[in-house]
Amino acid sequence: MKVLVPVKRVIDYNVKARVKADQSGVDLANVKMSMNPFCEIAVEEAVRQKEKGAATEVVAVSIGPAQAQETLRTALAMGADRALLIQTDADLEPLAVAKLLKAVIDEEAPGVVIMGKQAIDGDNNATGQMLAALLDWPQATFASEVVLNGSDAKVTREVDGGLQTIDVALPAIITADLRLNEPRYASLPNIMKAKKKPLDVKDAASLGVDVAPRLKVVKVTEPPKRSGGIKVETAADLVSNLKTAGVL
Amino acid sequence: MAVLVIADHDNASLKDNTHKTVTAALALSGDVDVLVAGQGCKAVADAAAKIAGVRKVLLAESDALGQGLAEAVASVIVGLMGNYDAVLTPATSQGKNFSPRVAAKLDVAQISEIVEVVDGSTFVRPIYAGNALETVQSSDAKKVITVRPTAFKAAAEGGSASVETIGAGDGAPKTKFIDQQLVKSARPELTGAKIVVSGGRAMGSAEEFQRVIEPLADKLGAAVGASRAAVDAGYAPNDYQVGQTGKVVAPELYVAVGISGAIQHLAGMKDSKVIVAINKDGDAPIFQVADFGLVADYKSAIPELMDALTAAGK
Repeated sequence: MKVLVPVKRVIDYNVKARVKADQSGVDLANVKMSMNPFCEIAVEEAVRQKEKGAATEVVAVSIGPAQAQETLRTALAMGADRALLIQTDADLEPLAVAKLLKAVIDEEAPGVVIMGKQAIDGDNNATGQMLAALLDWPQATFASEVVLNGSDAKVTREVDGGLQTIDVALPAIITADLRLNEPRYASLPNIMKAKKKPLDVKDAASLGVDVAPRLKVVKVTEPPKRSGGIKVETAADLVSNLKTAGVL
Repeated sequence: MAVLVIADHDNASLKDNTHKTVTAALALSGDVDVLVAGQGCKAVADAAAKIAGVRKVLLAESDALGQGLAEAVASVIVGLMGNYDAVLTPATSQGKNFSPRVAAKLDVAQISEIVEVVDGSTFVRPIYAGNALETVQSSDAKKVITVRPTAFKAAAEGGSASVETIGAGDGAPKTKFIDQQLVKSARPELTGAKIVVSGGRAMGSAEEFQRVIEPLADKLGAAVGASRAAVDAGYAPNDYQVGQTGKVVAPELYVAVGISGAIQHLAGMKDSKVIVAINKDGDAPIFQVADFGLVADYKSAIPELMDALTAAGK
């Protein structure tokens, strides 16, 4: 079974996002960029499925600028077999990304799509569900365990207050949550090998998909700062302060 | 403009997230209906009818809806959207599951986790783990929105809307529910609790987490939370996690014990009314957002705090 793994290039997880002074967005100039952490988990899961023999091929696909090739090389170094970049410099919304991915899937015909539940830049948590809707496929979001059985997948999902297990007919969309696995670090030999793996580039416009934005960003601002509080000396001081503040 | 709110419930009781989402909906329109989709949930619909400002409650019931399967819930909502200009869903794990599916079926954007309604088409939402707030204006004819419940006050009780039973949609033919393991707890639910006590990696083990954090939470009648570091280390279950990748909470009082205050944790609790930090590292970033900081090792500070609370009649 072929597994398709969409990955996104985003600001590195350890970098604090800074809002631009003109409120037009977040400043990404000269900022370290990496693969979205949830996408890393998805790549890891796809590679593990292949190592277990439940999948035969792992195809990583990214939609983004030319630099997203680096992100795809990371996926290849982790163990993906080949990669595809749908190149665009536009800042795409989840619906547009889902439509482009649908066009890729129509061509690639994977047995399952495993992707991150959310990108840490836009924090939309929407693309996987939208893609499932556009394909009319079942969805298993926020996965913490995935068992592929050929014609279906048993997925344990993280829900409020616990876990839910469902069985979805394949093909399906699975989105990865944090505890699905711990992604590996690519070894140097694998990084070298990844340079020789196939990476195709297609112009996003060639897919004939309407990617016009539906939302206009009016402004991006800093959240209000909390004013600094006080240090107390003892637990008893703390309790009396909390009583005064009216929260005990 | 008519607005549909999707109720948050567990088939037995209506959750407060619904009341908060109604408040966001009332900022858009006076014509607010609530959909209760589930199984055996008539009592939930009756409770929703008592929310002040609700015009009508729609009740859809089937096994697939009772199991909360995204395909089933989305199909009911999509079927109703001829009558509505916007649909608002609480941004719970359940709401986040089906709402984007509704948006894609309607060929519109989803506006995720709004924290403010500016006007009928303009909304504020956090991005980059809450490090920035984005104001967006939607050009779509129908708006599909998820609402961060902690950003809105709960709508009051006192309504007397009618309850109307509607069709259950197309179900989820390609998905089979197997089971659900919910953690049973006598403590309040994390996202709705008035007080939250959270522990971090400093606890060092699951046993220590239980020994230190849980008695303090019980003394305060609080819900228990944890930092991602503590969850990843296996000290606390996943659904305790407070942060951008876990639960977003905004209680009256948030007590962070042995939590350093990583950006991702702060994004999940910085809107709490009063924040207390107990950490032996006086330079920990958590103190920058704490109203009251106690620089001390939790091993001595928590027993002292328990005693001080007892002395104060708690």
